[in-house]
Amino acid sequence: MELDRGPAPAASTEPVLEVVDLVTEIRSVRGPIRPVNRVSLRVGRGQAVGLVGESGSGKSMTAFSIMRLFPTPAARVVEGRVLLQGRDLTELPESELRRVRGNHVGMVFQDPSAYLNPVITVGAQIAEQLLAHNWPGDVEQRIAELLTQVGLRPEVAKRYPHELSGGMRQRVSIASAIACDPPLVLADEPTTALDVTVQAQILELLAQLQRKQGMGLLLITHDFGIVAELCDYVYIMYAGEVIEEGPVDDVFEQPRHPYTQGLLQGVLSVTRRDRVRVTVPGSVPDLANPPSGCRFHPRCPRAMPQCRTAPPPRVTAGNGRTACWLYESDQGIGQQRPGGSHDRTNDGSAAS
Amino acid sequence: MSAGNAGGGTALWQYVVMRLLQALPLLLGIVVINYLLISLAPGDPVTALVGDYPAPPEYIEQVRADFGLDRPLWEQIALYVLNVFRGNLGFSFANRVPVLELVLERLGRTLLLMLITIATATIVGITLGTLAARRPRSLLDTASTGIALAGYSIPEFWLGQLLILIFAVGLRWLPAGGYRDVRLELSGLDLWLNMLKHMLLPMFALSFRYMAITTRLTRASVLEIMNSEFILAARARGVSERRVFWSHALRAAALPIVTIVGYNFSFIMAGSALVETVFGWPGVGRLMYDSIFYRDYPVLLGILLLVSITVVIVNLLTDIAYAFLDPRVRY
Repeated sequence: MELDRGPAPAASTEPVLEVVDLVTEIRSVRGPIRPVNRVSLRVGRGQAVGLVGESGSGKSMTAFSIMRLFPTPAARVVEGRVLLQGRDLTELPESELRRVRGNHVGMVFQDPSAYLNPVITVGAQIAEQLLAHNWPGDVEQRIAELLTQVGLRPEVAKRYPHELSGGMRQRVSIASAIACDPPLVLADEPTTALDVTVQAQILELLAQLQRKQGMGLLLITHDFGIVAELCDYVYIMYAGEVIEEGPVDDVFEQPRHPYTQGLLQGVLSVTRRDRVRVTVPGSVPDLANPPSGCRFHPRCPRAMPQCRTAPPPRVTAGNGRTACWLYESDQGIGQQRPGGSHDRTNDGSAAS
Repeated sequence: MSAGNAGGGTALWQYVVMRLLQALPLLLGIVVINYLLISLAPGDPVTALVGDYPAPPEYIEQVRADFGLDRPLWEQIALYVLNVFRGNLGFSFANRVPVLELVLERLGRTLLLMLITIATATIVGITLGTLAARRPRSLLDTASTGIALAGYSIPEFWLGQLLILIFAVGLRWLPAGGYRDVRLELSGLDLWLNMLKHMLLPMFALSFRYMAITTRLTRASVLEIMNSEFILAARARGVSERRVFWSHALRAAALPIVTIVGYNFSFIMAGSALVETVFGWPGVGRLMYDSIFYRDYPVLLGILLLVSITVVIVNLLTDIAYAFLDPRVRY
């Protein structure tokens, strides 16, 4: 399936979302853990950006941190900035942040059956959102319009979530995410809980809405295939950190980080009908006690002595960036260390 | 479709009729088992009736025959069941009145006490549980946990006696027993207020435990719902915290609360036997105590049967309430 990727990112694209050195901490009995450690990313207007990683890499936590809304009260954003159209959300009080959630940022969750209230009709759930944000027009009419937009009949508004199929429920979630015409939608594994055939329909719908409404989309997934179909730019997370980023085509053509290379080999070897192999052996490290130096070094096939001792530099590579010791020599002295860099190269592709 | 989509129409009526029909064999089983249990118990109603006076054996035989006690057990049971279906629950040995009349009058008073007890336990329990859940580990939460622990641990009859000692004997604020002042000519509102005054202590003795259970359950249920994903999603839509709580959390938390209230009912009914005895409340519990004491088996059987019917009806009402609260429940 080939999907239209919408307008290509350009230097002139003003960012809808700019996350700078975001750190989120969760208090645990074994001490604080940082599922999001100095993550920086940006989403341009009308741009679809992928955030890829294994389970436990901190990609969902990044989305929750942007909304500053966590599934556990033990989590909180401790550092960094989240700029939504230039406004720093980390400085907003909770009462004002509530006006942003669902209004300026829509969110689509993984499992629509768990994220819709079972005892309230779907129409009422969208209506309360429109009312919470003082929707200027007629609420009933808007709901009908939204449901039509996501490919459902307006009568679905009177149904309860259990009366709908998984795909229909996810369409309802998407209708809710775009209800107030937000400039940004965060989609956290929006197709993982769905049947394969339905997955394609939901992706198609997301792509089409994103293109038509010109909204920024941050798509969180563990599936490179989805990113390839939908996104312009991709960030790859490992153990709470962004280890590589770049335009999707570049990252696919020439992955720099050994982790990305491993992940993509897995994807490509399947399509080439080679034998399937575990390309990145091992699993995500324990974040309460992360490995020293580069967090990936215990699993890295190309680990060097310095990988164990010092965090890798962030290196500009082609149109993207990567955090790996392998590329340090390309750049010479004056490397930015992780956390030290604020300027992103998301839109640098056209600038260079 | 409204929230009561499963409530309207013929489907619900069919369900109610079906449930009542299903209850018939259950009630039959209850009657038979109770009859057998009672006949196994030591003691003889005729001896209790005749008393310690030396009575001629012919007279005793005569009384046994009058009450049908000389027939085989299965014949007695069959006869009893047949009579029950004709609406005849028999005749009280001790009170010399029809059982149905006697039990229904007493059942009314018991239900009055029970309804007030359940209403109090439920309202107070939900309020305390909700407040505790809103601020976990606050002073109120800790206090309600402590009170709940006391509520679980204190037996009703002991609490009842304690309350009589403090509020009736010591402080003289409330009457120690009875259900109204029989010496006063009362009617209308005055009568109700007088009854309410008599009801306060037994009501508290009876409701304390269920207040505690409802508080704990509401707290746990609300806390669990507040941590669920659809609450997170509602917050992500920008719904206000107040609305998240009242419209989303409390509604979903209501299901287990309704269950426990229906479940409490049968226990409160059982507990009322003790409390009515302690407070001299002339309800069905007190009557049961007396009928066991006098070996007044027809009355005892009648009480057990009517109480069983009441419990069946309450369970049915609980299930119907479910359909109104949860659209997923269908009949």
